[in-house]
Amino acid sequence: MSRPQIAVSAAGGLGSLQQTRSRVGEKLIRAVLVAAAAVSILTTFGIVISVVVPTIEFFSEVSVTDFLFGTVWTPLFADGQFGVLPLVTGTLVITAIAVVVALPLGLGAAVYLSEYASDRSRRVLKPTLELLAGIPTVVFGFFALEFVTQMLLVRIFPDIDIFNALSAGLVMGVMIIPTIASLSEDAMAAVPSGLRDGSYALGSTKRQTAMKVVIPAALSGIVAAFVLGISRAIGETMIVTIAAGLEPNLSLNPLQGMQTMTSYIAAAGSGDLSTGSIEYKSIFAVGFLLFVMTFLMNMVSIRLVRRYRQAYQ
Amino acid sequence: MPEQSIEMQLSSALTDGRSQGISDEISNVVFTLDDLRVFYGDYQAIRGVSLTIAKNEITAFIGPSGCGKSTLLRSFNRMNDLIPGARVEGLLAYHGTDVYGPDVDPIEVRRRIGMVFQKPNVFPKSIYDNVAYGPRVNHIKGNMDDLVEECLTKAALWDEVKDDLKKSAYALSGGQQQRLVIARCIAVRPEVILMDEPCASLDPIATSKIEELMRQLAVEYTIVIVTHNMQQAARVSDRTAFFTAELDEAGVRHGRLIEYGPTRQIFSAPQDKRTEDYISGRFG
Repeated sequence: MSRPQIAVSAAGGLGSLQQTRSRVGEKLIRAVLVAAAAVSILTTFGIVISVVVPTIEFFSEVSVTDFLFGTVWTPLFADGQFGVLPLVTGTLVITAIAVVVALPLGLGAAVYLSEYASDRSRRVLKPTLELLAGIPTVVFGFFALEFVTQMLLVRIFPDIDIFNALSAGLVMGVMIIPTIASLSEDAMAAVPSGLRDGSYALGSTKRQTAMKVVIPAALSGIVAAFVLGISRAIGETMIVTIAAGLEPNLSLNPLQGMQTMTSYIAAAGSGDLSTGSIEYKSIFAVGFLLFVMTFLMNMVSIRLVRRYRQAYQ
Repeated sequence: MPEQSIEMQLSSALTDGRSQGISDEISNVVFTLDDLRVFYGDYQAIRGVSLTIAKNEITAFIGPSGCGKSTLLRSFNRMNDLIPGARVEGLLAYHGTDVYGPDVDPIEVRRRIGMVFQKPNVFPKSIYDNVAYGPRVNHIKGNMDDLVEECLTKAALWDEVKDDLKKSAYALSGGQQQRLVIARCIAVRPEVILMDEPCASLDPIATSKIEELMRQLAVEYTIVIVTHNMQQAARVSDRTAFFTAELDEAGVRHGRLIEYGPTRQIFSAPQDKRTEDYISGRFG
């Protein structure tokens, strides 16, 4: 601003090319936008720090090996043991059940919506399906306990525990169907119609076109949809807290009750543990492990998505 | 080229072309169209078209945009079935059988009557798997390696890709992709190849390769091509059908066939004023 004016205007009448207005609004908007982006980044950092610090303190009292490979989780006992494996198997068993339910149904729904449904039925069905994603998980939890366990599963498996992994896993699977179906459908709808025409023009049926052309072409989007669905299942808390029981149980039998990593965090965190106690710190250690697991899964899936992209483009 | 008038360009294209010695009479008929009309819902896209397509000839459909020539082409192999609301009336017979008859399976129709599209729509698969796709979905038996080589050779692509068969088809240039699509099309052993502006997205060198390929393929196949490029029609086709879009009494636009005959005659001695105006560049 304080540069000396060169005598251009006098000579040519062009006027000054220097900035004449201060454009405060521009700077203000920029600051607001940067702040908006910063909030979520800073929050992430804050969470990581607030989890990592108690986790480090926890591992000064419990060895990493005892934690990762111990088979008994009794943090509230006088002589508590901190083997996290029962919580990990509980999480994995319930997630696996959810995935077995949600992947075929979600992909099937997506193929139907994208390849078979008429425009009219798609316009009705897709928003309806997405409504399912808006149901609060606590409602799903009671649905699992009251309806799925007590009305259905007890008739099929008379010895089933009232709190069991199966009902939680099944309902969690239903919960993530809309995520998987809706995102997979988006990926398939983005496949150029020219590819479908090319397939039909070679004498393919609808099924062959969907299975051999559309799904492979949309694979990176479908994998992303699967991963998002599975991440939601691993992190889901309410359904498992209500329907799967709160008993750590190192077992692969889905008819038994199990505690997951998330439901331990929820139950212990809402209890009256004294801050700074080893039991209190164990919440953060479990949370940290959960974070590492979902992080690894996201990394693997990003790899997968990239690999398919490279193969096809 | 820019120095020459359109008439001169066309006449040199005709001299290079293959329509000498084509007679008015068609002895070996593949398709017979009689008062064929195509509708989208209530809208009639094409007024009654009557013509016959000859075996092992190249027939070109020319005309301005919106005259219904692509729509007509897509009704030959029932691709219009895939568009909701599309409907065909009148007769479209393939070797005497009504393609829209009640017992006719559109999948069988498309197997006999292949199609190449405006944009090279290769699948996101390897070069090999693109060619093998049609035979696989149609459960054609035999040695797939030999078939893939045969089709790529016929499509004048084998020498360029024989060491890269496992590579993604997306790695090919646009012209190579279009020849791959032609190889993919002939792998299901069709009798007819429909081409919907196959060179519209290609450069002149790739275009001339495809045109040369079309002449070679016409020995074995019957080809119907839609093109915007009149020189192309003059260079490659034996017969030409000229379509135009007109407003009817109610002010609704529809496509109709104006003139059909040996390409040489259409371009050098058109019978209809509208054809003459179009090919001399006064309209369209």
